[in-house]
Amino acid sequence: MENAKKPKGSSRRQFFADTARMACGVGLLGVGLGLYARHATALPPAALRPPGALPETEFSAACIRCGLCVRDCPYSMLMLAKPEDPMSTGTPYFVARQAPCEMCEDIPCIKACPTGALDHALVDITKSRMGLAVLVDQETCLNFLGLRCDICYRVCPVIDKAITLDPQRNARTGDHTLFIPVVHSDACTGCGKCEKACPTEIAAIKVFPLYMAKGQLSAHYRLGWVEKEKAGGSLVAPDAEHQYHMPEGMKYEYGKGLSVVPPAEVAPDAIPSAPTPPAIRALQGGKL
Amino acid sequence: MSALPHKVGAEAIAEKGWIVAHKWLLLRRASQIGILLLFLIGPWFGLWVVKGNLNYSYTLGVLPLTDPYLLLQALVSGQTPEKLGLIGVALVVLFYLLVGGRTYCSWVCPVNLVTDFANWLRTRLGLKGGAHLSRKTRYWILGMTLVVSAITGTIAWEMLNPVSMLHRGLIFGIGFAWAVILVVFLFDLFVMRHGWCGHLCPVGAFYSLIGKFSLLRVKLPARTDCNDCMDCFAVCPEQQVIRPALKAINGAPPVILEENCTNCGRCIDVCSKDVFRFGTRFGASVPGVSGTVSPVPK
Repeated sequence: MENAKKPKGSSRRQFFADTARMACGVGLLGVGLGLYARHATALPPAALRPPGALPETEFSAACIRCGLCVRDCPYSMLMLAKPEDPMSTGTPYFVARQAPCEMCEDIPCIKACPTGALDHALVDITKSRMGLAVLVDQETCLNFLGLRCDICYRVCPVIDKAITLDPQRNARTGDHTLFIPVVHSDACTGCGKCEKACPTEIAAIKVFPLYMAKGQLSAHYRLGWVEKEKAGGSLVAPDAEHQYHMPEGMKYEYGKGLSVVPPAEVAPDAIPSAPTPPAIRALQGGKL
Repeated sequence: MSALPHKVGAEAIAEKGWIVAHKWLLLRRASQIGILLLFLIGPWFGLWVVKGNLNYSYTLGVLPLTDPYLLLQALVSGQTPEKLGLIGVALVVLFYLLVGGRTYCSWVCPVNLVTDFANWLRTRLGLKGGAHLSRKTRYWILGMTLVVSAITGTIAWEMLNPVSMLHRGLIFGIGFAWAVILVVFLFDLFVMRHGWCGHLCPVGAFYSLIGKFSLLRVKLPARTDCNDCMDCFAVCPEQQVIRPALKAINGAPPVILEENCTNCGRCIDVCSKDVFRFGTRFGASVPGVSGTVSPVPK
């Protein structure tokens, strides 16, 4: 009896020991693999996904690393991540400074994708959001320095929508205009043409993944002027008339600063019925 | 080598000639290299017969093929493929249900070339022993990759998979994937015989699950002719699969039904008695040959 029992018990023990050893060994490997996989879902900022790519965390689950998008890109600007690259191995990406997306109208890369990694619902390339251009360096941007470089503005496939040149006074010279490139996120596709074309040694305008480039207002924020327009008028009616308290003989105008009041304006009955700005009305009213 | 009484396969070569005694091996190498070349002539010569890699490929703009294990990892992490991806996986599963799941391993997978070379060198150098690990380890790893995929929401095994790393590397640029392949090679050479393909690889483990039900099998219509030379055991990468069918363990029919048989056909090559041949899983009873009835009386 005792002899018959012993091997049975020890074999059961052996079974549990083997199972535990296997589970722990493979479990250890699994933890390592899981951490590695999680880390790899953080896309490095210079790497941009093809048009229509899902958000990064979903992308690394949906992309089966076949490279069909790479093959069907007529400009061969897509690459597959190699094991040493700091992102999910075998997934497609491009680096704007090397070769930007040419924004094909028929988007062949999406058509080639056998999974939902590249969103097949995206049919208008101008709606794609591969990233967002950011003018990262105002110190080296030639337009900020006062030149009419304008290259990023000119090469932009959504010209005058994604990048506009906003005139500003050149404070350095005092009598020139700076044409400041301003990126508009509602139109920028993140194709990277601006970054590629930027003539400085290192691009002053760069395309970053949206999660890095785009800020977001808190949900409870309201823009007063937008709300006013929506409501069709002031929400705190009536608009309070602004009062300026200036030294005698001086006036203040918005955007112009202080100035000496010309004698004609001082005369209280010079132009009584003409619509005058509140500040001047205040002056006229002698409320200084 | 010294432990074996004779050079493996020598009898078969003497009996059938070198070509016939290497028929399936040569065909298998032709298949492995041919499939690889089909993928390579695109990037090399601009002849686009096949685009993609073993994860998913698209042949001549009509034939999609998807790796089912990869797709399963994507599914458990919450992603669904497009139409072509689904058609591709159906075709692949259907194909391997016909030809045997792990046929993928010995006839398609490029890592098999590496591990077979490691094993050949191991034999040549007379390296013995090494680490021991259960052949079930691969199923644990298979299960683990699915769990990790589900938890992390990624296709977890693709972070390490030497199969796709090598194949994709050869087609799209290798990077440091060679280091991973070198590790597999050295592991098989010095650490464990048939270590990667026979013990660890979850890709093979997944295909073996398809192989449980597959049609094409190695049959042993002439198993009574076996002269116990052991050559088939010496060449078989999954030695455990032969014994039940060859020795009629528990009345097993003369057909290898073990899911881990890779249908490499090497046993057919090296058998001087022509015990083995390819056939279907059905009709294991070959007329005029023993094995119809359970040879072991109950």
